[in-house]
Amino acid sequence: MAENFYLDNPDLRFRMEGAALSAIVDLKEKGYSTAAKYANAPRNYADAQDNWRLILGILGDICANVIAPRAAEADEEGAVFHNGEVDYAAATQAAIEAFKKSEILGAMLPWEYGGLNLPETVYQAMVEMVSRAEGGLMTIFGLQEIASTISEFGDDEMKARVLPRFARGEVFGAMVLTEPDAGSDLGAVQTKASLDEATGKWKLNGVKRFITNGNAHIHLVLARSEEGSKDARGLSMFLVERDKSVKIRRIENKLGIHSSPTCELQYTDTPALLVGKRRFGLMRCAMALMNGARLAVAAQALGISEAAYREALRYAGERLQFGKPVSTLPAVSRMLISMKGEIEAARALIFETSCQVDALKAYEAKQEELAAAGAPLDPAVVARKKRASNLADMLTPMSKYYATEMGNRVCYKGMQIHGGVGYMREFNAERHYRDVRITNIYEGTSQLQVVAALGKMVGRGLDVLIDEWEALDYGSALAPVRAELSELTALFRKCCDELKDKDRELIDYFGTDLVEMGCVVVNSWLLLRDAITLERKRELVRAYTAEHLPRARGLASAILAGEMLSGPSREAILA
Amino acid sequence: MPYKSVVLIKQVPDTHNITGKVMTDEGTIDRAALPAIFNPEDLNALEMALEVRERHGGTVTVLTMGPPSAAEILRESLYRGADGAVLLSDRRFAGADTLATSYALALAVRKLGAFDLVFCGRQAIDGDTAQVGPQTAEKLGIPQITYAECVLALEGGTIVVKRALDHGTETVECSLPCLLTVVSSANEPRPASVRRRIANKLAATSMEYKALLAKWPEFGSEEALDAFLTERKLKIPVWTAAELGAEEAKLGLAGSPTQVYKVNFVVLESAESRDVPPTREGMAALVDELMREYIVG
Repeated sequence: MAENFYLDNPDLRFRMEGAALSAIVDLKEKGYSTAAKYANAPRNYADAQDNWRLILGILGDICANVIAPRAAEADEEGAVFHNGEVDYAAATQAAIEAFKKSEILGAMLPWEYGGLNLPETVYQAMVEMVSRAEGGLMTIFGLQEIASTISEFGDDEMKARVLPRFARGEVFGAMVLTEPDAGSDLGAVQTKASLDEATGKWKLNGVKRFITNGNAHIHLVLARSEEGSKDARGLSMFLVERDKSVKIRRIENKLGIHSSPTCELQYTDTPALLVGKRRFGLMRCAMALMNGARLAVAAQALGISEAAYREALRYAGERLQFGKPVSTLPAVSRMLISMKGEIEAARALIFETSCQVDALKAYEAKQEELAAAGAPLDPAVVARKKRASNLADMLTPMSKYYATEMGNRVCYKGMQIHGGVGYMREFNAERHYRDVRITNIYEGTSQLQVVAALGKMVGRGLDVLIDEWEALDYGSALAPVRAELSELTALFRKCCDELKDKDRELIDYFGTDLVEMGCVVVNSWLLLRDAITLERKRELVRAYTAEHLPRARGLASAILAGEMLSGPSREAILA
Repeated sequence: MPYKSVVLIKQVPDTHNITGKVMTDEGTIDRAALPAIFNPEDLNALEMALEVRERHGGTVTVLTMGPPSAAEILRESLYRGADGAVLLSDRRFAGADTLATSYALALAVRKLGAFDLVFCGRQAIDGDTAQVGPQTAEKLGIPQITYAECVLALEGGTIVVKRALDHGTETVECSLPCLLTVVSSANEPRPASVRRRIANKLAATSMEYKALLAKWPEFGSEEALDAFLTERKLKIPVWTAAELGAEEAKLGLAGSPTQVYKVNFVVLESAESRDVPPTREGMAALVDELMREYIVG
């Protein structure tokens, strides 16, 4: 049997098969009326699910047989800056060629623009597999989010011109936000957009830094359109088709993801088109773009972790010390079990999140459709959209935070299990360790994800989900885990309430502890829910909760003690 | 100018992945225990035909002779970009050697109508004869270019092809129509296209309707399914011996002069071994010897 990164991954298949998207796909395919118009549109939900299996199977084949075998080569050669242009490594070019030939790009774009109209949930599974094959390649494959943002905010003319090219793989995208003095604080962006009142055309001037895949043809650039403004409200989003006025000044020399060029760009009187409304560049477009990209980075970390875990598992089974495979040593097997538990927890969290994102998008589209038809607002649609919106807002940063921090832990353990050889270039563990390190930095650091999740979390935003999960019947076999988890959940709620009315500084001080705890609570419920139907998950949820619940109780102790170091104490320590 | 191409393909047991379990005590292969796959060099032939179409326009039709299950490789061809597919399936074709096979294939190619190019893989991994391509060309009365590695030029009624031979390459020019047998070094066959995979997933012969209905009960009846597939151009035609107008005596076992007398189970063993000193001189002497014996070079 040929290798296949979809078919060889029972947990990923379990997630896909169990994804509750029936109502969402019905909305996306307009009651399956699209099938009459587009040859590839599904006739019903079973047909849609069958298509997903086919798509993921084909990508799984490409990932296992075309991309992964050349991952080390892509890392070694890396993207190269040369005469003002970027050359991808030969292996990266071959991978892009395989994507094009298999016509797998444009996954989430609507049918009318040549896309596959796939839910975010399926797309994130694709991102995971590509990242498992080659971590850096995800930044090229995964920047399909750019096309989705254009699809969401662009006007019809722009969409008709640009999107079919994305769907055919003729162009790739870059999101151009960061500047030397505007990193986490994007409100400080200085790149200037000026409007020629006579012609109605925009031009961009400025320098952007750390632009992943900045050599791409289509750029979405965040720039200051309102002269004299100082904050986010003066920023708008622009579409640029890269020409000679966009200079690639250099590419960065990085720790990992070598196949992905990180560019410094200079725009000089570059013609640009406004995307969406003026002044809404950061608050609407960039946030939508980043939310999608954050989930994709979570999936990237998950994919790299899956690769690292498999390498470690195989090596530990083959490496003999003290006359037996090291995998039989308790210290090593515990690391492997911990890795596996965290990977499946992260996958559960990412799928839960992407289902909420899909629900949000579908109900948003439905609401717009009703409004366009002059129909009255449907309160059921409004309520579902609101619920999905609240959950997606909170679960997206939680996924990014958890999956990327987990990814670092898993790749660290992966190298550790290899011992000395894991530190050597010849082994993939070393590459995974380097590649995963960026995931909790770019698209918003973990610390920013905590801030993003925190507000709604202390406001008990997770209760709507947890209440549902608590009401399920878990049977007697799972009763002890369930009881322990209910206890921790009560403790988590107590922590939220404790922090709720405190100063922002105190909330932020304990933010990471609370979000970490929230992730453990949500993940444990998700795994427990899986265990109702899946025998295999019973042991896994026991192992996961045995490892993580006591630690979460420790975090709760710190939060409830509320001992924040005073300003002078902090200064004294750091002096 | 556009060219009409026909690609002859075969479904074969995956002999590249033989394990102990699939060898019988007599040393033959238990075919039922091996997965059936698209003959690898036939994929190269299909790829070459698709590349010709991309460069010059035209159509690519795939043709295979085999049991009903051979429709699988026809579908795989559609997923990769073939425009049409035909299955030759009839009990009377069974037991055919290369002579009887090429007879049926040549009749089928003729039945498809006017054509410019016929592509086949160099040989199939089950029989390894490399005879079906050349024999088909003879029966069609057209020139053949075996071991084709690259189409160097195609213009009007002339093709220029590079042939990969044991000791080098050869460039030949040939008038159309002609038949090419393609080697594995010719190209990297493209993966299935996701969009074509979905669009053609229901492509089937009428012999497969029962199985299709079991999976997609919403069609209700074979008639409704047939109407849907016909409308979407997804019905794969099946041609029988009668439809080819074939002479019974030239078909299948009756038309096959080849008879298997005996199968020997050969175990390859090294007869002698020799130590080569791990020095520059030692290696040079070994390479010289291998070249002298025409083993390499």
